[in-house]
Amino acid sequence: MLEILGLLIKISLVVGITQGAVAYLILVERKIAAFAQDRIGPNRVGPLGLLQPIVDGVKMFLKEDVTPGYVNKPIFILAPFLTIVTAMIGFAVVPFGPVGPNGPVLMDGPIQFQIAPGIDIGILYIFAVGSLAVYGIILAGYASNNKYSFLGGLRSSAQLISYEIPMGMSILGMVLLVGSLDLNAIVEWQDKHHVWGIVVQPLGFFIFLICAFAETNRLPFDLPESEQELVGGFHTEYSSMKFGMFFLGEYLHVITVSYLVVILFLGGWDVPFLTDSSQTGWLFALIKISALLGKVLLMIVFVMWIRWTLPRFRYDRLMELAWKRMIPLAIANMVVTATVLQLVRG
Amino acid sequence: MRSDDPSLKRLKPPKLTLFEQSYLPQILGGLFVTGRHIVNAAVGTGSLTMEYPEVQHQPSANYRGVHRLNKDEQGRVKCVACMLCATACPVHCIDIVGATAPESWTDREKYCQSFVIDELRCIYCGMCEEACPVDAIELTSFYDLTGLSREEMIFDKTKLLSVYDLTKTAEPMKSGIVAPESSHTNELYTTPTMGPVIERQQLV
Repeated sequence: MLEILGLLIKISLVVGITQGAVAYLILVERKIAAFAQDRIGPNRVGPLGLLQPIVDGVKMFLKEDVTPGYVNKPIFILAPFLTIVTAMIGFAVVPFGPVGPNGPVLMDGPIQFQIAPGIDIGILYIFAVGSLAVYGIILAGYASNNKYSFLGGLRSSAQLISYEIPMGMSILGMVLLVGSLDLNAIVEWQDKHHVWGIVVQPLGFFIFLICAFAETNRLPFDLPESEQELVGGFHTEYSSMKFGMFFLGEYLHVITVSYLVVILFLGGWDVPFLTDSSQTGWLFALIKISALLGKVLLMIVFVMWIRWTLPRFRYDRLMELAWKRMIPLAIANMVVTATVLQLVRG
Repeated sequence: MRSDDPSLKRLKPPKLTLFEQSYLPQILGGLFVTGRHIVNAAVGTGSLTMEYPEVQHQPSANYRGVHRLNKDEQGRVKCVACMLCATACPVHCIDIVGATAPESWTDREKYCQSFVIDELRCIYCGMCEEACPVDAIELTSFYDLTGLSREEMIFDKTKLLSVYDLTKTAEPMKSGIVAPESSHTNELYTTPTMGPVIERQQLV
């Protein structure tokens, strides 16, 4: 009973905090966009514009919700919900702090900073859920009954399927090294060996990073939206909060992917020379949570920074990059890692 | 010219090295450029934005904003109702009704009884200013012209003269003659009513 209560508290905390974070990430994005273009950005609502996300949210809710007469209504309404749900459930296995027997003790046991602790197929689960995200987009494109939206949906399905392959293979090197699909085990391995994933698997890191951009539909891979060619792509026909939900889904995706990059390749909660997995107590738990959060925030800022640096890919180049460059590289990376491991371990 | 003409100069794109083919140096260069802009605008003085209501933009001296009707040394309207500005106007936004000047006005035969400019129709080209033989009509540096109705934006002689009173110190007449203070004794001039625009300008 107590366990279920704790679980519910954890879930509501994660959901609440991530949703709030998304609102503020939009402000961060707008600010960075402004700075990159030598502007100031929103600064009128509240001190430094800090109340802007609230006003934005209110605007989203109060706008007229137009459902065009020619759309396939049930699917049209279902699509944004699918986007949000698939983006949210990925958080179930993302550790947002240290997990294990050494967590800070509250009542009868250590707190696990993960909704589903000790799940040993964490990465597999995230990839499976991540693949579902394409349903939201392709259903939105199909249900809109509009050529631009449909093209956006088609593009997104081709893009996501193509990039899932190198993404899955790029982490195999890391998985081979650690010998586990558990995200906590991967962090602990990096912590124990005093080496981050980016050092032992630089190629894997690059391939994963590029695929992460493609999976989140962020620039330079925002082909499904591409305002200039497809008006708004899959969300052309959406307005009000339905559009807002696609927005929310995209940012939730960015958060998940940033967590994954940090956990897999940037050491997770590991701070060199300061932390290790045998530490107990609240202080170290807080240090680890903030270290992980800080790295994730830097990663998100990097995602936004890239947006204002690189132009969008042409579609054939996008496919070429995935199939002709990244998949062979990922396979080579995997084979070399496996060979070296076999030789070293004998 | 044929495609195998020997005088044709053939250009070959430069061969990229393997490192350059990965586009990583170019991406890093791009990140450096945007990063510099982000940091400069965030913490330094890189931002080019002028925060408008607090900071007012000062247009250049030859900026073409709202019109004004100049007054002469005795405070009379300089316009002699020659209709050159109305003729020169490409959008016909100037409407002048001329009348015979009073006996005491020895320097001219006519003056303008009414002088109306539709500021919404005007394209601010400055042709009226160039056409005027007596420097009576000039464009000022007012740029934030707003109104709540179309009627409000049709400026009559009173309004145009009041624009002159507001701007004569900041922007002297281009011919160099400034009318003396408190010279609106003539019944032709009434109190300035420019609407909210000018009132705000007075506050600034």
